[in-house]
Amino acid sequence: MMQPGLDKLPEITVPVEPQPSAADAAPSAAPSAIRLFLQQRSAGRWADGAFRGLMMLCAFSIFAIVALIVFVLVKNSQLSIHAFGFKFFKGTSWDPVSGDFGALPFIYGTVVSSLLAVAIAVPLSLCVAIFLLDICPRPLRSPIAFLTELLAAIPSVVYGLWAVFILVPIMRDNVGPILEKYLGWTGFFVEPNFGVGMLTAGVILAIMIFPIISSISRDVMKAVPIAQREAALALGATRWEMLRMSVLRNSRLGIVGAIILGLGRALGETMAVTMVIGNHPDILKNLFAPGYTLASVIANEFSEASGDLYLSALIEIGLALFLVTIVVNAIARLLVWAVTRGESAGHA
Amino acid sequence: MSGTRTTRTANMNRLHELRRSAVNHFVTGLAVFSTVLVLVPLVAIVGYLLYKGASSLNLAFFIHVPAPVGEPGGGMANAIMGSAVILALASSIGIPIGIAAGVYLAEYGRGRHLGNLVRFTADVLNGVPSIVMGIAAYSLIVAKQHHFSGFAGGVALAIMMVPTITRTTEEMLATVPHAIREAALGLGIPKWRTVLSISLRTASPGIITGCMLAFARVAGETAPLLFTAFGNQFTSFDMTQPIAALPLQIYVYAVSPYDEWHRLAWAGALVLIAMIMGAVTLVRIFSNRGALQGGH
Amino acid sequence: MGVDIRVENLNAWYGNTHTLQDINLHIPSNQATALIGPSGCGKSTFVRCLNRMHETNPIARAEGTVLMGGLDIYKDASPVEIRRRVGMVFQRPNPFPTMSIYDNVASGLKLNGFRNKRMLDEVVERSLKQAALWEEVKDDLRKKSGASISGGQQQRLCIARALAVDPEVLLMDEPASALDPVSTAKIEDLIFQLKSQYTIVIVTHNMQQAARVAANTGFFLNGKLVEFDATTKIFTTPSDKRTEDYITGRFG
Repeated sequence: MMQPGLDKLPEITVPVEPQPSAADAAPSAAPSAIRLFLQQRSAGRWADGAFRGLMMLCAFSIFAIVALIVFVLVKNSQLSIHAFGFKFFKGTSWDPVSGDFGALPFIYGTVVSSLLAVAIAVPLSLCVAIFLLDICPRPLRSPIAFLTELLAAIPSVVYGLWAVFILVPIMRDNVGPILEKYLGWTGFFVEPNFGVGMLTAGVILAIMIFPIISSISRDVMKAVPIAQREAALALGATRWEMLRMSVLRNSRLGIVGAIILGLGRALGETMAVTMVIGNHPDILKNLFAPGYTLASVIANEFSEASGDLYLSALIEIGLALFLVTIVVNAIARLLVWAVTRGESAGHA
Repeated sequence: MSGTRTTRTANMNRLHELRRSAVNHFVTGLAVFSTVLVLVPLVAIVGYLLYKGASSLNLAFFIHVPAPVGEPGGGMANAIMGSAVILALASSIGIPIGIAAGVYLAEYGRGRHLGNLVRFTADVLNGVPSIVMGIAAYSLIVAKQHHFSGFAGGVALAIMMVPTITRTTEEMLATVPHAIREAALGLGIPKWRTVLSISLRTASPGIITGCMLAFARVAGETAPLLFTAFGNQFTSFDMTQPIAALPLQIYVYAVSPYDEWHRLAWAGALVLIAMIMGAVTLVRIFSNRGALQGGH
Repeated sequence: MGVDIRVENLNAWYGNTHTLQDINLHIPSNQATALIGPSGCGKSTFVRCLNRMHETNPIARAEGTVLMGGLDIYKDASPVEIRRRVGMVFQRPNPFPTMSIYDNVASGLKLNGFRNKRMLDEVVERSLKQAALWEEVKDDLRKKSGASISGGQQQRLCIARALAVDPEVLLMDEPASALDPVSTAKIEDLIFQLKSQYTIVIVTHNMQQAARVAANTGFFLNGKLVEFDATTKIFTTPSDKRTEDYITGRFG
């Protein structure tokens, strides 16, 4: 960066006189007018403060919204909390007529349908992520990625509509009998199968959470430096060995995050599940049997709930759902965040 | 002796190689197969929707209100109008608040604990199940007014739009080069004006994309409307009263026992999807073309 | 017409780093003054203190007195007021990418609420002429984005933008360091022509550039002003050993 020193100075210390040019036009009356205008113009300290305050208010409204949601959920479920206490989450009977409310069947239904969905969606999502990352021919890559994005944009109610008229008959007439024949002995697949039940809910949820898991795990796999993959290939590894050794091993934390994020979505999903799960508060091992979830009992019964205790019990279910999804999402965010932050640090 | 051993090792090596290559091919095949397998439901959903929806769609669908049970014909004009009104309300509340919160995070809250806290809360809010949002709107508005209202539905959807828009706005503002902000401040332009006319304007293509995506997401939401907007068999623009909405109507018709209503549900789903896909595709075209020419 | 700048006991910090230590100097009006020194010596921080841009960084802080034509800019005025009177040209050209060439030049006035269309037209034309860019861009003033022209043109556009608000002082922070030699020569010509109308302070790491355009030169080292004198004196008979070492390229 050093410039030549004293020896060159004599020739450059004598500056050429400015050439008269158009640019040298004498300032007219305009400049002073402009200067005057700007000097009289307020410095906007008041406007700056007001603007900042307004932006801050909107940002804090997010706090306020979350706080308000928590507040109304807690306040309006007091009746049920006092009436049943912790027993609420262990009770298996849901009887609006006698006023006996237990949420266990809904918790069971939510957990089982979500875990089913994750069990079906995870292998498929990872395979598709690997396919798009490494195997897919370049021209096909972005159309397929776009298609999976479209899958994410379809509203829940449309999935439900499709499931009611297409998926339910398929599960009843085609998939059900096969499962019953070969896996009936496990006790998970016992006739009668009306196509409406826990398994169908799990399948439709799997289709719905697939795009999330697939696209996020693709992002975290992409974050593995190319150099690591090339190093594995240079050692003579096959494609699968390279994927297992460098890609999957280095991105497993982020993939777990993606899976948990998908789980969080499945737990809170309402419409499609409500339309196919059968809506019956039972705790049964049989996956063909109807079930009920936290979200769908609210969707089905909230607007018809008569009596304060009934409504309060439903709101307590909402509170439980809220807390569970928040915990699940927070864990997932932390995992994904830890991985992608590492990536951006690597690039810096 | 040593000769046989080398052959044996060579054989074992070859076997090992075969196994490795077989595993490799198997996994590759599995990945291809899975991709095909997940593309099937997508094609099935979209294909069946087009087939069922298009065959049920006619002009009456857009201009008539639902016919009484048992009578053929009728449409979802009330639901389309209702959705439009609810979404207009949701956007006019959700978009300004979302953008403003994003502005705070990007321009004032950078590197501060308060900013991180807002960011985290936005992510939390984003994960709240939509049915819970419905309960909240019910408890805050419907329970106080003692009747269902389109207003409550609009507020519930607005709240769902805020976190998405906040985060995209923040991310998009972060891509605006710092040098451009300095240039504006150096000219003696007040900060609020710099944010509005320089930062937001430069980031506007991305922010518009974010708003459209948030809009598309809530446009199909049903759960938060179940006990807020509630639904209405007639055309109504009165936001203080129950009001129809397209997703709500699709749900009610889908679980009904009438074939005529099923037909209308498919038509409604097609219209809804077309609206959402239209928005998403528009955004893709828009954001590609909106990229700045020259510079950078 | 420009004003003179008197700096008294100016100190500046970035976090815990004391980047400027007790700077005292007098910059005369309607002349170009050059500031030289190795990178990280505080010369950029110094000019950023002259229009209070330094404090836009949340961890940065400045103390001391800067009198601009007698006005104490840290006591008697807000940053916005000061920046309207002091134009700044940055190291890298930074035109507003979403604005046309015309709007870039007019931005300082328009965004401050100036509405007179006819006068804006005049100001844009005059500023672009002053920046020797008028002939090159006059046909697509409103068609082309400020970011679509060449780097050298962009920097002259930024100069025109700074001149449009009719400042009294023009600060230039290594204005040619990102440009090719031909563009650099054009910028130097410009400084030479503009210095009779404005007080120009130019930061440069190019000593020949300092020698070509500036009447006075200051040498910064490790956050201190080592020497400030007529350019000819600094480059031929510097009074401080460190200045001589730097000029002759013995360290840096």
